[in-house]
Amino acid sequence: MARKFIEKIVTANALLQGDVIYFTKQNVWSRNHQDAIIAHTIEQANELLEKAEQQQDIIVGAYLADVFLDEAKTASPLHFREIFRSKGPSNYFHGKQTKT
Amino acid sequence: MYQYNQFDKHFVANRAKQFRSQVMRRLDGSLSEEEFRPLRLMNGLYLQLHAYMLRVAIPYGSLNSKQMHQLAYIAKKYDKDYAHFTTRQNIQYNWPKLKDVPDILDDLAQVDMHAIQTSGNCIRNVTSDHFAGASIDEIADPRPSAELLRQYSTDHPQFQFLPRKFKIAISGSPNDRAVIKSHDIGLLMKKDERGNLGYEIYIGGGLGRSPFVGKLLKDFLPKADLLPYIEAIMVVYNLNGRRDNKYKARIKILVHESGIEKIKQEVEEHFIEQKQNFKQPSDKLISAINERFKLPNFKQANIDNYEIELKQNAQFSSFVKNNISEHKNKDYSIISVSLKNIGETPGDATSDQMQILANLAKQYSHDELRISHEQNIILPHVHKSDLPEVFKELQKANLATNNIGLISDIIACPGMDYCALATARSIPVAKQIAKHFNELNLEEEIGQLKLKISGCINACGHHHVGHIGILGLEKQGKESYQITLGGEENLSMNIGKRAGPGFSSDELLPAIKRLIEAYLNLRQNPEESFLASYKRLGEKPFINALYPKEEKANVA
Repeated sequence: MARKFIEKIVTANALLQGDVIYFTKQNVWSRNHQDAIIAHTIEQANELLEKAEQQQDIIVGAYLADVFLDEAKTASPLHFREIFRSKGPSNYFHGKQTKT
Repeated sequence: MYQYNQFDKHFVANRAKQFRSQVMRRLDGSLSEEEFRPLRLMNGLYLQLHAYMLRVAIPYGSLNSKQMHQLAYIAKKYDKDYAHFTTRQNIQYNWPKLKDVPDILDDLAQVDMHAIQTSGNCIRNVTSDHFAGASIDEIADPRPSAELLRQYSTDHPQFQFLPRKFKIAISGSPNDRAVIKSHDIGLLMKKDERGNLGYEIYIGGGLGRSPFVGKLLKDFLPKADLLPYIEAIMVVYNLNGRRDNKYKARIKILVHESGIEKIKQEVEEHFIEQKQNFKQPSDKLISAINERFKLPNFKQANIDNYEIELKQNAQFSSFVKNNISEHKNKDYSIISVSLKNIGETPGDATSDQMQILANLAKQYSHDELRISHEQNIILPHVHKSDLPEVFKELQKANLATNNIGLISDIIACPGMDYCALATARSIPVAKQIAKHFNELNLEEEIGQLKLKISGCINACGHHHVGHIGILGLEKQGKESYQITLGGEENLSMNIGKRAGPGFSSDELLPAIKRLIEAYLNLRQNPEESFLASYKRLGEKPFINALYPKEEKANVA
């Protein structure tokens, strides 16, 4: 049996600020992972990544990150690295965690 | 202290100007990220997990108060009011914005500083003994040699596209404090039987995913031959270093695969050739460099107040015991200021702390500071009569932690709290271990112990050479920590041995506790350090302490 596809979102760093951003369905970037458009198939994922990568003038290093969906179908990062990226460092109250 | 001449100043200012134009071209779309990335890396600008990171070189770890003030100013103006000192005597800013970086480089250039060659496949910042120019055990100040190497290697076209990065460290003392055997080239200054100065040379050391202890390449190289000899090594590396595989491209792999005898022979052959044609730096240049590293004019003063304070103030005497080292002038001391305040991030200093240290250096340390590879800050020339006053000022600034060389004086890389390469976090682990042993008041009881933590296999936290090393990895989607034992970082450098399976974040501190308890029970007397006990008894009792259940299972 084929392995179940893990939902994905596209993330990158903003060129100017360097901070973590997520690709949304309006083809713009959000600072919040909950705004990200979710890919439910590998085809959707590749298509999203390709679209996101066209915005090289404002982003750096776009890639796909695995997410899980809660009951309200909002996405949260799966891997601990992505969880840290969505929050900021654990040693100081800096980064994204200050804005939520 | 070395002061830049007009050539150096122009070069650094020009690089900042070039970078400003490169940033503008990236922002207006004329440069793609692919084109821009190597340019920003050449200027020390990385992109990490949450932001850009700017790595600024502190050549051979020496700086003056003006430079330290500027580093503090940059942290305050462009960053989040702090900065991080690294194991390669650099300083890192964790939150600069791309548009601000050209301004930061301009501000650095104003005080003869830069971020050049803090990244990329070039000769990186040459590191040195953090007690250079001050320590009683020094044969010669290694910094003039390090400065000569800096001038020689900076922007040298032959060394801009090496197979991989290249790190050189130099010690002027037989008590190596610069971990020279873990470098691509390690230089140990020594004298021959006639009293002439020169270098013992090690090659092919390194940490990272394939750790190696540097091998002896040359027992004695006369001082004047340094540059042609280094060039001969670089030629051999440039010609033969593997460019087909990033993980096999360091010179350590070449030395390992070719064998030291073959490398020796090739280097000697090239050296003969190099020496004939090499355009040596002029005597004028050499003496100009030496002139800038002259000893300061040491003052003469009565030290009775220091002796009295030692007897009357227990905190002061404890600080002196742990944080003071012997100076070549008997009335002076070297202060190691710990950036390992309990429960805080190893190697971090706030702008205010940097300013205070700059002021203390100006007033009490002949305007000199050093950064150690152990992520502490050194005031190298403090007269003993000034020690009580300096101690008070350090206390006020939360900088008087008296734990140098103890279990809480932990080297830790930024790990996955910042670093894009990391596989696990280091900082919370370091904080947790330091806090635990400090709360139990056990640090002094445990004594000298080097605990080092890296958040990935690249080993910026030097875990391979920690008496206890911790390596953070990922295991089944979770942070996992491997422990290595018996590493050593001086001239008897030894790579620590992996103790066994990794520990989860929750299991790690209990494991370290068991290990330390075992050591306290096993040691012959309180003077026997952890490492000495380990060497005497071997790994078995320590591994049994780390994995008690497995021991029982084996017995059963």
